[in-house]
Amino acid sequence: MTVVSTRRNFTAYFFLAPSYIPLVAFLILPMFAAVLLSFTEWDLLTPPQWIGFENFTELFKDKKFYSALGNTLYFIAGYLPIVYILGLAAALALNSKFRGSGWIRAAYFLPVITSWVIVALLWKWILNPQGGLVNSGLAVFGITGPGWWTSTTWAMPSVILASAWKDLGYVMLILLAGLQAIPPEYKEAAAIDGASNWQILRKITIPLLTPSTFFVIVVSLINNFQVFDQIWLMTEGGPEGSTSVILYNIVSNSFDYGRMGYASAMSMALFVIILAITLIQLRLQKRWVHYED
Amino acid sequence: MKIKKSPVQRFYRIALLAGAGVMIFPFFWMASSSLKDEAEAFATPPTLIPKAANLDNYRRVLEFLDIKQLFMNSLTVSISVTFLQILTASMAGYAFARLQFRGKNFFFLTYMITMMIPMQVIIVPLFIEMKYLGLIDSLVGLGLPMIASAFGTFFMRQAMAAIPKEIEEAALIDGAGHFRIFFKIAIPLTIPALSALSILAFMSVWNAFLWPLIVIFSPEKMTLPLGLANLHGQYATDWPLVMAGTTLSVIPIAVVYLLLQKRITQSFLTAGLKG
Repeated sequence: MTVVSTRRNFTAYFFLAPSYIPLVAFLILPMFAAVLLSFTEWDLLTPPQWIGFENFTELFKDKKFYSALGNTLYFIAGYLPIVYILGLAAALALNSKFRGSGWIRAAYFLPVITSWVIVALLWKWILNPQGGLVNSGLAVFGITGPGWWTSTTWAMPSVILASAWKDLGYVMLILLAGLQAIPPEYKEAAAIDGASNWQILRKITIPLLTPSTFFVIVVSLINNFQVFDQIWLMTEGGPEGSTSVILYNIVSNSFDYGRMGYASAMSMALFVIILAITLIQLRLQKRWVHYED
Repeated sequence: MKIKKSPVQRFYRIALLAGAGVMIFPFFWMASSSLKDEAEAFATPPTLIPKAANLDNYRRVLEFLDIKQLFMNSLTVSISVTFLQILTASMAGYAFARLQFRGKNFFFLTYMITMMIPMQVIIVPLFIEMKYLGLIDSLVGLGLPMIASAFGTFFMRQAMAAIPKEIEEAALIDGAGHFRIFFKIAIPLTIPALSALSILAFMSVWNAFLWPLIVIFSPEKMTLPLGLANLHGQYATDWPLVMAGTTLSVIPIAVVYLLLQKRITQSFLTAGLKG
């Protein structure tokens, strides 16, 4: 009996090892290392110094950190309503199949599979202050467009616009799947009772779509707190730090200023923020998400 | 039976079509810009279709960037990581779905925890670790951290759990071991899940930016996204040149997407709804 179970364990461990070992080596171990690093000062050249909570006390006083946090929130406040409302509108219009609907869906989805480098460079060119499509187009009407990504006012909206354009198709896809899961009988019954399209949308479709909405919000928030690629490529956090987000601060602190410990402390703070927001959402979901059973 | 479209519905369709135009137009503009010379690219009013279309920017971009090398690097890393990821994920998925063993709950919990660790927390220590391993600035160092995926493991576990017990029992009675069952039964029966996971893994590696940016320095080891970002940094104002580079790299993606459209969107959906 013991021989059999030992052999059985061995088989299972053999199946697990190829993924377990890399996960421990490249995720769990760095995670513990990050916790330790956040209590040190280390430039990678000289040995690390244990400095206790100094990084964290510095972090709480760091104006750049708060402004990065504020910029992240600004990004979310602009991005989320746009992708959700437009994504929902597109999903509603695509909900019934018609000739060519597959092609339209593909058009909305193409930016999703395109890499951020391509999307960011493309939008940077479209929004280029001189000779970009938008400003050249405005010039035709005698309007001098703003500097977009070179202006402290317009840099963040430019990044939001590019991000919303890229992700819209994904949000649409998730909401479309949610819409298709709603039994048509509900809407038919309401229509027979004389409900208008608008009433059906508000009282039936949107409440029954709340699980998909919840998913979109949770995933977007987790991703938005880690916005990086588009910022690095479009604005490099500028101008004057107007688009500097947390992850951008982490990367520049560790690889430009050689402050590994401080960057790790910042990443811990970001992790705690993401975790807290996700937990709050999970708690609040009972209040507004309708699950059918 | 033909249902007559209401005016409201017609309005939606038109808005939807206009939206699709907004989504596609930037791609068209990218291609159009890449065919213009610098004077025309910056001209007011902008010309939609180049007046003097030429491939000059493409000739230049191929001089500045070794696109073939970048493409091969991206392809090498993406294919090997995808292959290893689906292999390791399906093996672990098989163990969790079909085997009873000591410490199962402990192992399961470890996989769960790794799913919650965000990339930005580990990026600094991971870089240091790779430095000690001597894998900085190499494609191995780039791909290695991505060969195992807890998400992939759970995804494959779901698929493997759906295999009927009778099939497995019949094979065991015939004297097959778990290795035979895994390769001859479990893998062939979970091809749809494997292909969905392959698509997702391939795309995430192909498009990866932050980790490659940190771990790779030499131009000859760069992936396509890094090479393009570099092109932009060096020749910031030469937009037609940059657009030629991005157009060249978007073409293979667009072709593959149009060929596998249904599959790709389906993979995103299953991942989204289960993840």
